Amino acid sequence: MTGKTKGFECTRATMVVLTQNNIDTDQIIPARYLTTTVREGMGELLFYDWRRDGEGNLRDDCPLNTPEAARAGVLVAGSNFGCGSSREHAPWALGDFGFKAILSTDFADIFRANCLKNGLLPVAISAEVYECLVANPDARITIDLEKQELRYGNDGMCAFKIDSFSRQCMLEGIDELDFLLSHQDAIDAFEAGQP
Amino acid sequence: MAPRSLFDKVWENHQVVPETADHPAVLYIDLHLIHEVTTPQAFDVLRARGLAVRRTDRIFATIDHSTPTGAPGADGSRPYGSDANRHQVEEMEKNCREHGIELHGWDSPLRGIVHVAGPESGRVHPGMTIVCGDSHTATHGAFGALAFGIGTTEVGHVLASQCLLQRRPKRMAVTIDGALAPGVSAKDMILAIIAKTGIHGGVGHVIEYRGEAVRALTMESRMTLCNMSIEAGARAGMVAPDDVTISWLRPHMSDMPEADFKRRAEAWLQLKGDDGAVFEKEVIIDAGAIAPMVTWGTNPGTAIGVDQPVPAADNDDDRQALEYMGIEAGKPLLGLPVKTVFIGSCTNGRLPDLEQVAAVLKGRSVHPGLRMLVVPGSEQTKRDAEAMGLDKIFMEAGAEWREAGCSMCLSMNGDIAPRGEVIVSTSNRNFVGRQGPGARTILASPATAAAAAVTGCVTDPRRLMGDSQ
Repeated sequence: MTGKTKGFECTRATMVVLTQNNIDTDQIIPARYLTTTVREGMGELLFYDWRRDGEGNLRDDCPLNTPEAARAGVLVAGSNFGCGSSREHAPWALGDFGFKAILSTDFADIFRANCLKNGLLPVAISAEVYECLVANPDARITIDLEKQELRYGNDGMCAFKIDSFSRQCMLEGIDELDFLLSHQDAIDAFEAGQP
Repeated sequence: MAPRSLFDKVWENHQVVPETADHPAVLYIDLHLIHEVTTPQAFDVLRARGLAVRRTDRIFATIDHSTPTGAPGADGSRPYGSDANRHQVEEMEKNCREHGIELHGWDSPLRGIVHVAGPESGRVHPGMTIVCGDSHTATHGAFGALAFGIGTTEVGHVLASQCLLQRRPKRMAVTIDGALAPGVSAKDMILAIIAKTGIHGGVGHVIEYRGEAVRALTMESRMTLCNMSIEAGARAGMVAPDDVTISWLRPHMSDMPEADFKRRAEAWLQLKGDDGAVFEKEVIIDAGAIAPMVTWGTNPGTAIGVDQPVPAADNDDDRQALEYMGIEAGKPLLGLPVKTVFIGSCTNGRLPDLEQVAAVLKGRSVHPGLRMLVVPGSEQTKRDAEAMGLDKIFMEAGAEWREAGCSMCLSMNGDIAPRGEVIVSTSNRNFVGRQGPGARTILASPATAAAAAVTGCVTDPRRLMGDSQ
């Protein structure tokens, strides 16, 4: 298994592990950086107040600041990841930092939807798999989106589920807006029937 | 037909294409609220693809997050917190101009926090679908609308197609029986609900709030209640329309002839869940048991009664939260020194909220050394408060009376709480750093926040009520 698919690839990726639960999008990217009007270059701002001290210097004790983290493809985090604000800047920053997938026991609704629209895969895993990954932070991760299979370490394997439509969009590069606009006639008809 | 909930009815009324196993529903959106923070990248997509905005008449646009709350200069110039703030507002002005969208900007009497100004504009109605690139869009569920927050990509979808691709959420009933005690408000009610459900108790669900304590709430209080549905993890929160809704809407829709309004009102009053409608989740709360609530931790689920002891930490998350907050477990927060008080936000920045604050402040002074900001939710709220003389009560007590906007709720406009100091805030999130790096937020009702401003520490507001004159 290579983990390579048409629109999504994650093969033998390394991980960063954050064991806190309920990591909100204000942590992922603080509100004071939402003044941007573009979507590029947000990796620098990812977890800004976790990665930097009051003077703006990188902290030695943050797992996101290691040379390995800069090459990591997968972020593993505690439950209810991405709660709070709907800011899409959160998945933009995670993707720009280099993450291809986020693994957690569960995700906040808006964050999960925003990830799927930006090629960042939110993979819900069981508490057992989560504990196993926390205990083995050096394990490599391979994700086969088509088969919805996650492989970790030497012989770990589990299934996961991604909404079928989102999966097709990611795999085949279908643009959701194109799909919506293909229903133009139905939208016209709906509007015509409105009071 | 099987009995349907309020949510089911609104959802089914807006399905352009029903969902299947292969694709989500195409859901029609009646009203799109937009602001400067979550739209520039969506307008870029439209520009890059040569797409027009489909229905400019279904948009309410305003500026609120990046706007300064300091008074304008003699020449009308606004004291922006940064060039980036200014640029973001100017981009919004440019994008709206380019696409023919009416913007309620600096010169509009309807400008304000999108979830305060939107309803004040009279364009939020029962039974609508409403979205906004902002998680507190659930506010508008107070009118019996299905209203939820979306990301910027989805903002682009709605601009271009007036529709969204959505999987149908599950249903959750939160029933609040009994009556709130004096000195206890809708803010305390929603904090008590979140404390009970937890901050992910509502994930994947749309909440319907019901019960006699909900029926007894004003529209502004229902907005406070629905506003924080996202803090329980829910997509949306709704209250079925009733006479309170209709009475509130009439003066806000004064342009509509009486006969037309009456016809609409009759239809709106029919909009409620059927007896026997199924909810995947149910929570029941006794309103009479709710005390003024305060949060001790770093998410809104950590609310306790103001006289209750802070629970002992039994996991790393709670230990980190207590350390960040500088709070000890085992005793109530009463008496904890407070340096800043923030009154405002889409949760508690409406006129009745300001009236409750004024009732506590009247004839009293803000505690020496404490900074108190009072930020009206909209230009309309500001004018109404000033017409009632509330601004004078605030300023005579030593508080700052500021221009309308989101302000210190998320501190992206330069209004920042100091590092390491406790701030009692009427806003909706006490996340780490939300109100400024290192700032320690305690969420509370307007009355509780006002009481802290007067005493300089966390205080039970009932102590100061009824004896102020």
